[in-house]
Amino acid sequence: MLTLKSVQAGYGRLPVLKGISLHVRPGEVVTLIGGNGAGKTTTLSTISGLLPARKGAIEFAGRDLTRMAPERIVTLGLALVPEGRRVFHTLSVTANLELGAYHRRDKAEVRRDLEEIRERFPILKERAHQAAGTLSGGEQQILVIGRALMARPRLLMLDEPSMGLAPRMVTQVYDILAELKAQGTTILLVEQNARAALKVADRGYVLETGRIILDGSAADLREDPEVQRAYLGKGYREVWE
Amino acid sequence: MVAYALHLAILAGIYIILTISLNLIIGYAGQVSLGHAAFFGIGAYASALVSLHWHFPFPAAALSAVLMAGLCGLALGLPTLRLKEDYLAIVTLGFGVIVDLVFLNLDITGGPDGLPGIPPPSFWGVTFRQPWHYLILVAILVILVLAATYRLVDSYHGRALRAIRDHEITAQVMGINSPAYKVAIFTLAAALAGLAGSLYAHYITFINPESFGLHTSILILAMVVLGGMGSIGGSVLGAVILTILPELLREVHGYQDLVYGALLVGLLILRPEGILGRGKLSLKFLQREG
Repeated sequence: MLTLKSVQAGYGRLPVLKGISLHVRPGEVVTLIGGNGAGKTTTLSTISGLLPARKGAIEFAGRDLTRMAPERIVTLGLALVPEGRRVFHTLSVTANLELGAYHRRDKAEVRRDLEEIRERFPILKERAHQAAGTLSGGEQQILVIGRALMARPRLLMLDEPSMGLAPRMVTQVYDILAELKAQGTTILLVEQNARAALKVADRGYVLETGRIILDGSAADLREDPEVQRAYLGKGYREVWE
Repeated sequence: MVAYALHLAILAGIYIILTISLNLIIGYAGQVSLGHAAFFGIGAYASALVSLHWHFPFPAAALSAVLMAGLCGLALGLPTLRLKEDYLAIVTLGFGVIVDLVFLNLDITGGPDGLPGIPPPSFWGVTFRQPWHYLILVAILVILVLAATYRLVDSYHGRALRAIRDHEITAQVMGINSPAYKVAIFTLAAALAGLAGSLYAHYITFINPESFGLHTSILILAMVVLGGMGSIGGSVLGAVILTILPELLREVHGYQDLVYGALLVGLLILRPEGILGRGKLSLKFLQREG
């Protein structure tokens, strides 16, 4: 469904992605894990068209995304939930959700999806007319996921949905992702919280300083000693004590 | 006294249109413009010139003003709206100064002497020579502009604009073509300022570059900020207050600028979002953010 072939990208003269290859098949949940500055967000920005790819090819559903403008890419069915809960803070919760369906022309269907998403996340119905900026962090994360679903994406990309959330909210967000997975949504999940991500994912890639150093099934990655040491914190306690 | 009140009401109406147009750029699209009076002036000169030289009737002259100012807005907006806030502030400021200099130095604009003898509007057999006739004309146009902008900001496109203001990159990820929106709203705002310019020229019947300089740009900006960014009602209020206030302050002759300045500073401290506004004054272009 989504294929990246040796993609290179960066900011100014600074290279960040030094040749990334990965793919996501329909119905799969794939996670991209790695530390700060590994290039996780840059990968998503490049797929979304916010950052041009310098080399390599990005293909989605048979279309070449490499030179496509971000607003065109959205119409192909790629939705991004950006890092750091980017709600439109002065707009109401409902207006935020409606903007998720900005590119859709099927107004009646959009209405129905809006109702469905409010049923699914009652908090968004309760706070329908409140400015999105007044919501708590967890509520905002739910809102941005709901907003992305309003696009009826064929592929949902999430950038660190657990960042800065209370542990209870992290669980709630990941419950939502598990639910979406059960419904067959295709997801590309970027996370620093490898433990949570590998629990929900089918497969994963490990990104380090702009290169993919490891890939495999989520189960294999969970058992990999290197991943355990670097990202799951295994052995940390023993060494400390 | 009545005549004086009518005069102020007409000016307030013209400033309402100007303030709303600038508020579309600043309050709704979240962009900065420090040279808005240039479009006001372009509209005024365009309208005056086609009336004086080609004897255009007022509706055609006003339309010329709208088109001319809109075209200039488009020409300025296309290359510059990709700039970030601080650079956009400088470019629009520069544009205002350049346009002012052009008015001052061209022969066709009458240089510093300006253009006298602009005919008052006359159509359908009615000449709007009496101030209260003119007030009705201005009031009708203000109501039309108000209705149109209310509709616009509440629409699908209005929501997209506010999304750009709140967070441009996220708006793009929603599929909103933010460069196109910014250019479109900048052009529309310039065209509206052109309409205000036309109304001004045919009311005062004499224009010179003095009315369209930097201080006018700043005055319009102050009206937007005072009334509240992103609030149409606020723009009306801001325009009315800052048209009347300087007149009231004539009483404290010599201190009026002081009182006027203190009021604005006090407002910015106590209520930075303006009287009716929602968003705070976007002085982000003065304090670099990451």
